[in-house]
Amino acid sequence: MLKKPNGATIYPIDNSNPAGSLVIKGGRVIDPANRIDDTLVVAVKDGRIASVSRDVPKEFDKAKVIDAKGRWVVPGLMDMHVHLREPGREDKETIETGTQAAAAGGFTALACMPNTNPVLDEESKIRYVIQRSEGCTSRVFPIGAITKGSEGEELAPMGEMVRVGARAVSDDGKAVAKSNIMRNALNYSKSFNIPVICHCEDMVLSQKGHMNEGVVSTRMGVRGIPAIAEEIGVARDLLLAEYTGARIHIAHVSTAGSVRMIREAKKRGVKVTAETCPHYFTLIDADIGMYDTNKKMNPPLGTANDRQAVIEGLCDGTIDVIASDHAPHVSEEKDVEFDAASFGVAGLETSLGVVLTYLADKNLLMPADVVLKMSCNPNKILGVPGGTLSIGTAADITIVDPKAEWKVESQHFFSKARNTAFEGFPLKGFACCTILDGRVVFERTN
Amino acid sequence: MALSIRHLLGLDGVSREDITQILDTADSFHEVLEREIPVVPTLRGKTVVNLFYESSTRTRISFELAEKRLSASPVNFSVSTSSVSKGESLHDTIKNIEAMKIDMVVVRHGAAGVPYFLTQCTNAVIVNAGDGLHEHPTQALLDMMTIRRKVGRLEGLKVAIVGDIFHSRVARSNAWGMKTMGMKVVLCGPPTLLPQHPESLGVPVTDNLGEALDGADVVMLLRLQLERQSSGTFPSIREYRERFGLDLEKLSTLSKNVLIMHPGPINRGIELASNVADGPHSVILEQVTNGVAVRMAVLYLLGGGENA
Repeated sequence: MLKKPNGATIYPIDNSNPAGSLVIKGGRVIDPANRIDDTLVVAVKDGRIASVSRDVPKEFDKAKVIDAKGRWVVPGLMDMHVHLREPGREDKETIETGTQAAAAGGFTALACMPNTNPVLDEESKIRYVIQRSEGCTSRVFPIGAITKGSEGEELAPMGEMVRVGARAVSDDGKAVAKSNIMRNALNYSKSFNIPVICHCEDMVLSQKGHMNEGVVSTRMGVRGIPAIAEEIGVARDLLLAEYTGARIHIAHVSTAGSVRMIREAKKRGVKVTAETCPHYFTLIDADIGMYDTNKKMNPPLGTANDRQAVIEGLCDGTIDVIASDHAPHVSEEKDVEFDAASFGVAGLETSLGVVLTYLADKNLLMPADVVLKMSCNPNKILGVPGGTLSIGTAADITIVDPKAEWKVESQHFFSKARNTAFEGFPLKGFACCTILDGRVVFERTN
Repeated sequence: MALSIRHLLGLDGVSREDITQILDTADSFHEVLEREIPVVPTLRGKTVVNLFYESSTRTRISFELAEKRLSASPVNFSVSTSSVSKGESLHDTIKNIEAMKIDMVVVRHGAAGVPYFLTQCTNAVIVNAGDGLHEHPTQALLDMMTIRRKVGRLEGLKVAIVGDIFHSRVARSNAWGMKTMGMKVVLCGPPTLLPQHPESLGVPVTDNLGEALDGADVVMLLRLQLERQSSGTFPSIREYRERFGLDLEKLSTLSKNVLIMHPGPINRGIELASNVADGPHSVILEQVTNGVAVRMAVLYLLGGGENA
């Protein structure tokens, strides 16, 4: 048991004990896949959903009871864009600490990006991540690289990686610069029914930039990354997807132009899904203030107009997924001059709270939409079975307290990282209990 | 009377009163510089570190002279002679220097925001000697001092700043400072060397030199970094000179009292013809002299010295 001073507690999985039976009652069960949104009882047995019913089933009279009054009981959340840093940068994060952070953030599953050292670009490395994630407090679905070493030159063996468990491919962290290589990757991916996750960026246009190019960067004297660097990448990958018929998923959408083009492409029938991250619908470039390196990420925070477009994209379904792009860094990579700071923010332990505070509590997203974007859709995109509370499925459940008021304090993170963009932010709502395979792996007690 | 600022990080947001006080103080130090022994004891016992991460000849020498003439002890720290090449972080460097008991740091760095960053790492007073594309406040102060000494006022004067505006922290600091002092600033250069989003600078921006020069009381030319040509921002020196360089012919269309300024070093025959740079309108060397006085004023006012 790992307990933080704020009451957040991780229960490492002990396979010598059976999962046992569990009843979650009094909560608002939100299961969009089964069109359920009602006060119901969820019963769990042997790690699986046994029933979802009005009353506690007879055979569960003696089961452990979790009182979820005033709370939401939802299918376990998934964060499909996480950097676990293992192998290679275990000083920043490990699969163990990253999955603890996931559980503490309400996530029972995550997909991890391949830009580790070495890059996850072949079967054995995918296997390594899967083996290292066994017994961890959330499921880990590795994403393989599109190209060997993510160098953008030769295709990585997608077929072999998918066979051992990769659920998508991506060269996230950089774009596949050459359009012919990207075209080949998209065509090749069609044999495996996996999405190609696109990091969209014209890297020649963005080079040397450290924040959004706009009036704020002009004033701060920081070299900018123009929004069109992302948009040119989005436009190209949409065109390539349309041309090849392949399925793409656009990572970390941050600009108004990207949202508009994805919306139009969806109308034309392009096989595209898209994600954004909590910082893009809450913060803007002006929030960087006095060169706050914890608000430096790629793509960079945009303008108020971009933020508004991202929110509209979430509301109208253009953006299917909210993922954190959890990018843990050690302090020496952030406690430096702005230009020298690494891009990226830790997000697993604030993502849900930010979504609840800035979208759900403001009635921009209904609770069922939150579940769609943080559970159903990412599972569907990656073709994995989670995202429902259907009878007989694995009992991955997140219990959400939508009213709890708290403050982000990175010192209490289970992640090794402290580089949050939301330090000190008052938030409303968090995961109060995370259940994986019918076991409580995380709980917030007082 | 003390300044309302504790550090000089830039001129963005610095009040008219503070700028006026620095310029007034600089005028009195200018007199000191004309004495036979141009030294005052005001900062005796204070240690000032000149922390230069970018090469600079005149700014560093100017600060060093200012420090010596205030009787402070200057310590020079520059990239090539320091442990920076061994990969020490800026934070560690400044903590180490601070541990040697210092009072002020004059810093030049290629990254914007470094002077502010240092204020978060140390209790020493920080003076910005140029950070990235951000600010170079003492240059703008010496520019304003030069204009004020020549014309007798700042209010209402029109200043055209011409050249590579995008990469110029001098242009940015002057835009802030001169606007605060009631001057009309216009920034001029080819569109490739202007900021794409200039609105936050609060002054007009144009690629039309005639428009910029029209009615100008002061014309400030900026150094054209010649390597910008290879990065594709302008096609040739010849075309640049013709469109944005100041020669006698263009000078003849200007007010007969116009002041010609340049922060140096000059590319003679590119942004400024030699006969203009050395001609009667040029105040370029006075800028250099005033630079020492203005830096003395800044160090004195921020360093808590007395008995000027």
